[in-house]
Amino acid sequence: MTLVIEGKALTQDYHVSAGMFAASKTVRAVRGVDFAVERGKTLAIVGESGSGKSTLARIIALIDAPSGGVLKVDGQTVDIGRKRLTSDMRSKVQMVFQNPYGSLNPRQKVGDVLMEPLLINTPMPADERRDRAEAMLAKVGLIPEHFNRYPHMFSGGQRQRIAIARALMLNPALLVLDEPVSALDLSVQAQVLNLLADLQDEFNLTYVFISHDLSVVRYIADDVLVLSDGVAVEQGPREALFAKPQHAYTQQLFAATPVTSVAAIKARVERRQLARAALSP
Amino acid sequence: MALLTIKNLTVRFATSTGAFTAVDGVDISVSPREVLAIVGESGSGKSVAMLAVMGLLPDTATVTADEMIYDGHNLLTMSEAERRKLIGREITMIFQEPVASLNPSFTVGFQIEEVLRFNLGMNRKTAFARAVELFNAVGISEPETKLKAYPHQMSGGQCQRVMIAIAIASNPRLLIADEPTTALDVTIQRQILDLLMDLQEKHGMALILITHDMGVVAETADRVVVQYKGRKMEEADVLTLFENPQNSYTRALLSALPENATGDRLPTVADFMAAEAKP
Amino acid sequence: MSETVVKLSDAAIRRQILADFWFYFRQNRGAVVGMWVFLGLVVLAVFAQVIAPHDPTQQYRDALLTPPFWQEGGRVEFLLGTDAVGRDMLSRLIHGAQYSLFIGVVVVSIALVGGIFVGLLAGFFGGWVDTVIMRIMDVILAFPSLLLALVLVAVLGPGLTNAMIAIAIVYQPHFARLTRAAVMGEKEREYVTAARVAGAGTMRLMFKTILPNCLAPLIVQATLSFSSAVLDSAALGFLGMGAQPPASEWGTMLAEAREFILRAWWVVTLPGLAILISVLAINLMGDGLRDALDPKLKRS
Repeated sequence: MTLVIEGKALTQDYHVSAGMFAASKTVRAVRGVDFAVERGKTLAIVGESGSGKSTLARIIALIDAPSGGVLKVDGQTVDIGRKRLTSDMRSKVQMVFQNPYGSLNPRQKVGDVLMEPLLINTPMPADERRDRAEAMLAKVGLIPEHFNRYPHMFSGGQRQRIAIARALMLNPALLVLDEPVSALDLSVQAQVLNLLADLQDEFNLTYVFISHDLSVVRYIADDVLVLSDGVAVEQGPREALFAKPQHAYTQQLFAATPVTSVAAIKARVERRQLARAALSP
Repeated sequence: MALLTIKNLTVRFATSTGAFTAVDGVDISVSPREVLAIVGESGSGKSVAMLAVMGLLPDTATVTADEMIYDGHNLLTMSEAERRKLIGREITMIFQEPVASLNPSFTVGFQIEEVLRFNLGMNRKTAFARAVELFNAVGISEPETKLKAYPHQMSGGQCQRVMIAIAIASNPRLLIADEPTTALDVTIQRQILDLLMDLQEKHGMALILITHDMGVVAETADRVVVQYKGRKMEEADVLTLFENPQNSYTRALLSALPENATGDRLPTVADFMAAEAKP
Repeated sequence: MSETVVKLSDAAIRRQILADFWFYFRQNRGAVVGMWVFLGLVVLAVFAQVIAPHDPTQQYRDALLTPPFWQEGGRVEFLLGTDAVGRDMLSRLIHGAQYSLFIGVVVVSIALVGGIFVGLLAGFFGGWVDTVIMRIMDVILAFPSLLLALVLVAVLGPGLTNAMIAIAIVYQPHFARLTRAAVMGEKEREYVTAARVAGAGTMRLMFKTILPNCLAPLIVQATLSFSSAVLDSAALGFLGMGAQPPASEWGTMLAEAREFILRAWWVVTLPGLAILISVLAINLMGDGLRDALDPKLKRS
């Protein structure tokens, strides 16, 4: 049981300046969150807007330094506030972003997007970089002709595949995925989720998957962490959490999620017909 | 008798690479007091079709239809003046991004009173009172204070309630909601959908709900139209659609729902469409 | 994958992008006209030696102040007449195009490079770097451009090079501001964060990731500054501080022709018209460029 990533008592504060004459306010976006993920598993972080999930994602992805708490990657404590990240550590944790239309540089060709991480972090020669990039492109289901194209020539689902390919170029141990399928159509979402499952099997990847969509979480998660207002209100294995949610907020989330079972629809339709019949004599 | 009848609607856009057909021969009809859900993915033309009805498409769009009749009025041949009497009064619309749909430079009170005064001819005092009434009806607490707020000071859910208030101000007979909850959190989505259903019952209006979310369809619709790449794929009442979908695209959509997953791979649309192609 | 893929080579992609741009650009008729006029000017400037019927410095002593050919007393060999020392107006105007274009290109290049560099630093780093840089830019902006150019030229001495440097310094803040605003907007976008996660350092982020995405407003500003540069150098030339006689720069020609406004209208009006037409064409083209390059205006 190797822990790829572990966080203890993580907090993040934002200083909001209130103009020239007032003191700046401090907003605590993440309050004392603990979590741990084993190799090959998927931790889903569930929360709504304002819950701090994106802030937490940025801490886990080693983009922002936490205001407090300890983050350990592969057993090593990492503190980017104190020391710049080594190429080695940077390669261990990579990220896939939510917005397929914003996370790729509009002026960069897809091939260059994929080769850039190698160019920055490894001494690989140009043709080897190109080979690796082309191989990864094929792995995510695109074709060599796509190498020279610009992002705006692709659909949302294809762009997300490119983003996933980019994240995998450095052979990371951990992939942080911030709502990767939320902006995609349902059918495309299915394709991307399948791709993520395949890649996880092939490369023994560990995922931290952030989502607000409980049906997606139920499908892909091994463990779930529910975040509300910066606090981890509930966490545990998926089946246990879905079978018996303990915290009130979790229960509220479940209650709010639309149900698509035929039985539920039948019940609702009958209720409405009765209500309508009561209105008109 | 149907409230809105559309037959063979086609919308084409002039683009730099030639004409693009966004809607291709679609028939839609809504009866009074009915909730119709138009479901489809991006590129299905679901929003464009309704924008064509409202007359909100840009000049680069060409709208043709055999019939586009609302309550006996022919929407295709009416004059602008006649159109303005219907659109915004009897037929209203709410959009996907609530904060962006409101003018950021004016208070929400100003915006709703503007509609009441210029569209419905009320004077300032009556408009204010009616605005408070409407805010109460859509569940905004402390309406008098909130009327003085700017859109950026309100949450997405509250802004959507303001939009709904503006939309029902004229007691419309048909409300078109274009992905009203897509940009909102799931708990807020529940509240807004409940509110819409509540208002629909209370005011007896017909509701066309455009969405890509099958969950929303399951919870709200009486009848469903499924669109794909500009064409209508299937039309059925909601129970039949979920229980016994006829069209392969509909079946693909339903199977792609993670909650319907059997095994560890989700079937994709391509799987279904390919199966259909084989004899 | 159910989509059909079209094999597109690099060249085909470039052609597609150009075709897209042309589609939006040609919707603005004025801009298209401006573009053709500007291209005509470029042709004139480049092939001036070949096109001009006479040498612009050649003085024909027997044809002083000859009117244009359609007027009484005009000669066909001097289509647009001659000036006070007998030089052919048409040839001088055509060679003047060389000066104007040269001035425009040099001024805009200097201002662009300096302004982009300064704006990048200010926008990317923010904080005190931003404050210091922007206040210096504000000081430059506080001076009326012509006045500052005059002062600089007075200090450095009259001449075309000094005039160009002076004008370039004065235009720099415009580019710096634009770049800074664009960088501040792009800095928070997800693809920049993605580049950071890929390990990009500050230099790479500034120049390779963010800068290419800030170019659209800069291109438009460059076009407009081009025409302003033409105007300003003509003004300086008119004041005797720019290109010195016998250079056939349009503004200098105007300065020499002041006394002939009533006697020989063509010596004054024609250079003035040349300036007017060039500036108008470039501005129209700049408008069209802005409309075509602004993604928010795309309507389909």
